[in-house]
Amino acid sequence: MQRRKLADKTATVVLTMFAAIIVIILTALLGYVLSLGIQQVNWDFLTSKSSSFRAGGGIQDQLFNSFYILLWTMIFTIPLGLAGGIYMAEYAKDNRITAFIRICIETLASLPSIVLGMFGLLIFVNATGMGYSILAGALTLTIFNLPIMIRTCENALRAVPLELKEGGLALGYTHWRTITTVLLPSAFPSILTGIILSCGLVFGEAAALLYSAGMTTPKLDFGNLNPFASDSPLNIMRPAETLSVHIWKVNSEGIIPDLRDVADGGAAVLVTVILIFNISARVFGSWLHKKLTAK
Amino acid sequence: MDQGRASERLLTQRKGQKRQSERKGKIIVYTAATITIVATLAVTFFLTQRGLQSFFVSGINPLEFFTSANWNPSGADPSYGALAFIFGSLAVTLLSAIIVAPLGIGTAIFMTEIAPRWGKRILQPVIEILVGIPSVVYGYIGLTVLVPWIRDTFGGSGYSLVAGVVVVSVMILPTVTTLSADSLKSLPDGLRDSSYALGATRWQTIRRVLLPAAIPGLLTAVILGMARAIGEALAIQMVIGNTRIIPDSLLDPAATMTTIITLNMGHTTFGSAENNVLWTLGLLLMVMSYILVLTVRYLASRRKV
Repeated sequence: MQRRKLADKTATVVLTMFAAIIVIILTALLGYVLSLGIQQVNWDFLTSKSSSFRAGGGIQDQLFNSFYILLWTMIFTIPLGLAGGIYMAEYAKDNRITAFIRICIETLASLPSIVLGMFGLLIFVNATGMGYSILAGALTLTIFNLPIMIRTCENALRAVPLELKEGGLALGYTHWRTITTVLLPSAFPSILTGIILSCGLVFGEAAALLYSAGMTTPKLDFGNLNPFASDSPLNIMRPAETLSVHIWKVNSEGIIPDLRDVADGGAAVLVTVILIFNISARVFGSWLHKKLTAK
Repeated sequence: MDQGRASERLLTQRKGQKRQSERKGKIIVYTAATITIVATLAVTFFLTQRGLQSFFVSGINPLEFFTSANWNPSGADPSYGALAFIFGSLAVTLLSAIIVAPLGIGTAIFMTEIAPRWGKRILQPVIEILVGIPSVVYGYIGLTVLVPWIRDTFGGSGYSLVAGVVVVSVMILPTVTTLSADSLKSLPDGLRDSSYALGATRWQTIRRVLLPAAIPGLLTAVILGMARAIGEALAIQMVIGNTRIIPDSLLDPAATMTTIITLNMGHTTFGSAENNVLWTLGLLLMVMSYILVLTVRYLASRRKV
C-alpha cells in the first residue's frame, strides 16, 4: 500500500520536473537572445546596410528581404492552400486518389527543408534558368508551406458545424456558393490564425533558402520602386539573403570583426518578429472569433 | 449520422444543376489538389534522377559510397565514401530520440493527466513558441553557449557530436511533446475512470492503462521527431565541427549528411562527381524521411483496428 503511494508521488515529482525543464529551456533561450540583442538593436542597426568585412554593419536589406520573400510565399501559398483545404474537406471522396493525396501531403510535410532547397536549386534556379532569386526562394518555400496550409484550412473547415452547411444548401445555394458564403467566413478565424503561425515558420526558415534565394544581396536603391530594375528592392528576379541566412552566414564565414554583435542583434530581431507573429495569431484569432460570433 | 445524410442528400439533389460558379469552384479545388500531387511527384522524381547520377554517370561504386568512410573527393585519387556522414546523421537522430522520448512523453503526461489547466495555460503556449523559434537561432545559441561550455568542461574544441545531439534534442522536444499530448488526450475517458474506480493510483493508471493504450500514438510522435532531427541542417552544422571521419567519442567533432550538403553544395561544380555525391546524400535523406512517413502510416492503420 505504502509502496504504490510512494511510486505515485515520485512519478508526479519527476513528471513535474520534466515539464519545468521545458519551461526553463524556453525562458532561458528567450532571455538569453533578447537580453544580448537589446544592446545591439537600435534604429541605426535596423536601417543600415550590412558590411561583408567591416564592423558596424546593419541588417536593413536582410530584414526587407525576409519580409518580401514571406509576402511572395504567402501570395502563392494562401490561394493554393485554401483551395487544397477546401478540396480535402469538401470535395475529396473516400477513395484511393484521396488517400494518395494524403500521403503526398504527409511526405511533403516531413521532407527535410534542405532537401526542398536542393529541389529548388535543381528546378527553379537551374532548370528554368532564373538563377538565385526571390522568386525561386518563394516557390521553394511554397512547397515547404503548402502541406501546413492545406491541413490548417481542412481542419478549420471540418470544424464548422454541419448545420451551417445544411442551412446554406437548404436555401438552394450550390455547393461552391455554400462554401464561399457560409463555410469560409465561419472558418476564417482559425484559418487566419494558421496563416499567421505559418508566417513565423517561413520567416525563420533558412536551409531551404541557401541555394534558392541565394546568400547575397545586390546593391539596393530603396528609392527605385521599378520592379524590373536590377537595383530595385522590389525586383523578384534578384538574389536575396534573408535575416536567418545572414545569421548563419556571418557565423560560418566569420569574416566581419563584429560578428557577435551582428549575430546577437539579428537573432534578437528574428526572435522578436516570430514572437509577434505568435502572439498576434492568438490575440487576433480570438478577437475575430468573438467579433464574428457576437459572443 | 442522420445529419450527415441530410447534407449528402442536399448535395446529390443538386447534381443536375450545373451552375457556372459550381464548375469554377471545382476547377479551382481540383487544380490545387493536382498541384499538390505534381509537386510531390516532381520532388521525388527529379531528386531520384539527380541522386542516382553519381552511380550511373560519375561511375562511383555504390558499395564504396555506403560502406567506406574514406571521403576525399578533391584528392588526386578521389574517393567518395560517405559512411561518416550517414553515421553522423543516424547517431544524432537516434541519440536525440533517446533523450527526448522520456522527456517529451513525460511532459505530455504532465500536461494531460497531472495538471491539465497548467498544461493548457502555460505549457501549450511555451511549446508553440519553441516550435516557432528558427533553427539558426538554436544553432547560434549552441555555438555561443554550449560549445564554449563543452570546451571548458571537457576540453577539446567544444565542437562535437554531443553538441549537435543536445541542440537537435531541444529542437525536437516540442514536436514530440505536442504529438504525445494529442495522442494521450484522444484516449477515451472511460479508461481513466475505470482504472481509478478499481482503486489504482494515478501513476498506476498512467503506467498500466494509459501508456500501453497510447503506444502507437507515442511512437508516431517520436518518429516524427526523428524525421525532424535527421533533416535538420544549419543548427547542427554550426556546432558539430564538420569533419570527414567517424567520431571516436561523443566529444569528437563529427558531420552529418545535411552538414556536408550545406557546406559543399555552393562551391562544387554542378555535374561534377564531387557535386553528384551531394545529390545522392540528398536522395538518401529523402528516402529516409519517406520510410519514416510510411512507418507512421503503418502505426496509424494499426491504431484504427
